[in-house]
Amino acid sequence: MSSSILGRSGFHGLRALAVAALALGVAALGTGVAQAKTNAKEPQEVSFSFEGPFGRFDQAELQRGFKVYAEVCSACHSMNLLSYRDLAQPGGPFWDPKHPNISPAESPYAKAIAAQYKVPDIDPDTGDVIQRPATAADRFKAPFANEAAARAANGGALPPDLSVIARAREGGPAYIYSLLLGYEEAPAGMTVPDGKYYNPYMAGDMSSYWKGAKDKVPEGGFIAMARQLVDDRVQFDDKTPSTAANEAHAVATFLAWAADPHQVERKQTGIAVMLFLLVFTLLTYLSYRQIWRNVSH
Amino acid sequence: MSGHSKYEPKTGFERWLDVRLPIVRMAYDTAIDFPTPKNLNYWWTFGGILAVCLVIQIVTGVVLAMHYVANAGLAFNSVEHIMRDVNHGWMIRYIHANGASMFFLAVYVHIARGLYYGSYKAPREILWLLGCVIYLLMMATAFMGYVLPWGQMSYYGAVVITNLFSAFDNVIPGVGTAITTWLWGGFAVDNATLNRFFSLHYLLPFMIAGVVGLHIWALHVPGNNNPVGVDVKSKEDTVPFHPYYTVKDGFAILVFLLLFSWFVFFAPEALGHADNQVMANPLATPSHIVPEWYFLPFYAILRAVPDKLFGVLGMFGAIAMLFALPWLDTSKVRSMRYRPTARWFFFLFIAATLGLGWCGGKLPDDVVIPIGRDAVTGDPTGFTVVMLSRVLAVYYFAYFIAVLPLLGLFEKTLPVPDTISTPVLPKGGAAMLSGATASPEKKG
Repeated sequence: MSSSILGRSGFHGLRALAVAALALGVAALGTGVAQAKTNAKEPQEVSFSFEGPFGRFDQAELQRGFKVYAEVCSACHSMNLLSYRDLAQPGGPFWDPKHPNISPAESPYAKAIAAQYKVPDIDPDTGDVIQRPATAADRFKAPFANEAAARAANGGALPPDLSVIARAREGGPAYIYSLLLGYEEAPAGMTVPDGKYYNPYMAGDMSSYWKGAKDKVPEGGFIAMARQLVDDRVQFDDKTPSTAANEAHAVATFLAWAADPHQVERKQTGIAVMLFLLVFTLLTYLSYRQIWRNVSH
Repeated sequence: MSGHSKYEPKTGFERWLDVRLPIVRMAYDTAIDFPTPKNLNYWWTFGGILAVCLVIQIVTGVVLAMHYVANAGLAFNSVEHIMRDVNHGWMIRYIHANGASMFFLAVYVHIARGLYYGSYKAPREILWLLGCVIYLLMMATAFMGYVLPWGQMSYYGAVVITNLFSAFDNVIPGVGTAITTWLWGGFAVDNATLNRFFSLHYLLPFMIAGVVGLHIWALHVPGNNNPVGVDVKSKEDTVPFHPYYTVKDGFAILVFLLLFSWFVFFAPEALGHADNQVMANPLATPSHIVPEWYFLPFYAILRAVPDKLFGVLGMFGAIAMLFALPWLDTSKVRSMRYRPTARWFFFLFIAATLGLGWCGGKLPDDVVIPIGRDAVTGDPTGFTVVMLSRVLAVYYFAYFIAVLPLLGLFEKTLPVPDTISTPVLPKGGAAMLSGATASPEKKG
């Protein structure tokens, strides 16, 4: 008799925990809905290799994505939080698993990439401002000397730094992919300001630029960046077709890595942690049943 | 219940220590031998879970403070440095950030358990009040901690919350502004604000730990309440804390850690906000400023009141209700198992609080139930989020100042068992006891 009561109370408790978890989920949903309150189109459904608990980055795609950044995006967008050596850290685009003991800063790939850039420095002998070849330890070379220069070159708009952009936008890489490919002709009745472009995935309020019915304001917003990724804009080194979709997918993947470079390590650690906790939980539950077996409660 | 100590020093060193500093005796009496009601269910495991949460937050927080830079120009990048360059910094930071959410999840369950089983009633009022103080300190700590990464939500959250105090300008002109200037250490949220928030964010957890010590002390004088709500009458009603509750709490803590780990390792930013990955910019206000999920019910109450001062008072009043609760509930029956009417009001209260949380995450003018359309813009009109917040907020307060005081006087309660062991002995428990000679008047 006692064991049946015990079993029931155990079940009740577990159900209670599940209810608590659900309540948290509902609360999270509440905030999620609030964030989506903009007039932008939902990002496209697009799959990435790094999604889900078992997802991993495709290293070849990371390299293609870096090439897109280096040849296209980096003309206007900085990535101030990344150093060239980061490209060669474990899991990065130029990580060489055959030589795991070479530190990222000593990686021949990172050094070679860095050497292509000149970065500003102070000559220690004269104090003059000079340009010297970058080392693997240097941060990615910024396209503009400062914010004012960046705005002046871009019609007053500041191209955002891309270091954490994949975490700083709702939808992350799917949003980046959708935005880069989502440029459309502005719908008839829409006045597009000079130097701006219409994109349905961009957040914004366009009601004052819209001549049509007030309840039919199109989704989207204006963006100061023109469409950049088109077919054959970047020639990939690995025979991957240079379609706009492949370019956008690769750069979204690269930016997802740049924003969260330890995510594969994180998920793999997580799987080990979950397995350990599951076994430990089971053993503790069996101990609990054993200890309480003679107590009627 | 904290009766005679049964500790017997076994080694020479323990005997030597026991007459000088009986610290092993204290640990034995509180964590090993402590007589605990044998009928505690899983809702009672959240006390232990909360202790684990506090330790996790302090340990990870101390390590984060070794790498974090409290400076308006450097804070954002120093957090990114932790995530990118510090060994396992991503793990420590995600544990700390999600740990705050887990801490609040557990504390809400813990408070709800106290509400349902009447754990605030005599002789546990001080225990309850200390718990309310801990909750208040937790809210202050979490708020200031959220400011430290110096993202957009950090910054504008600090702006909104500190500006609440300017509402006191409506009472005495100038006082509110003076308070906000004093809080900020300047004329805007800036470097001075960030530095003091960091200092206080490091201090308050240790104050929490101190009040937790008092909370546990106040628990060990009357002993645990229990699901039946009657006092422990004999040794038959209790089991020693160890191993019975160490193993039961241990199991619950591990289940909780599974949920915790799932967030840390697989969805570390699910409870956060993308805007907070953008460095604070005083010149660019985000389109929608929302607090973290655990503050949303209070945020909804704040926005439900059209007047700023009364909104602020309503928000703080919602927490003040918890402090007054031991003297508002007039019922002599502790556990709502035996209060069939109060129980439904309680479930409604939980639903209203969750509903307020939902409202807090929405825009105030969002339409919940569309009735018509605006003639000019064509937007749907009708019953809005702010109206729903008002209904729910009224119920939230009515539960404390009308339902519980009055219900205790008029409610027909079910017979309460004589002892904790009684409901266990006949098959089926409480529902089968209707014939027993138990009268609620005699039970505390």
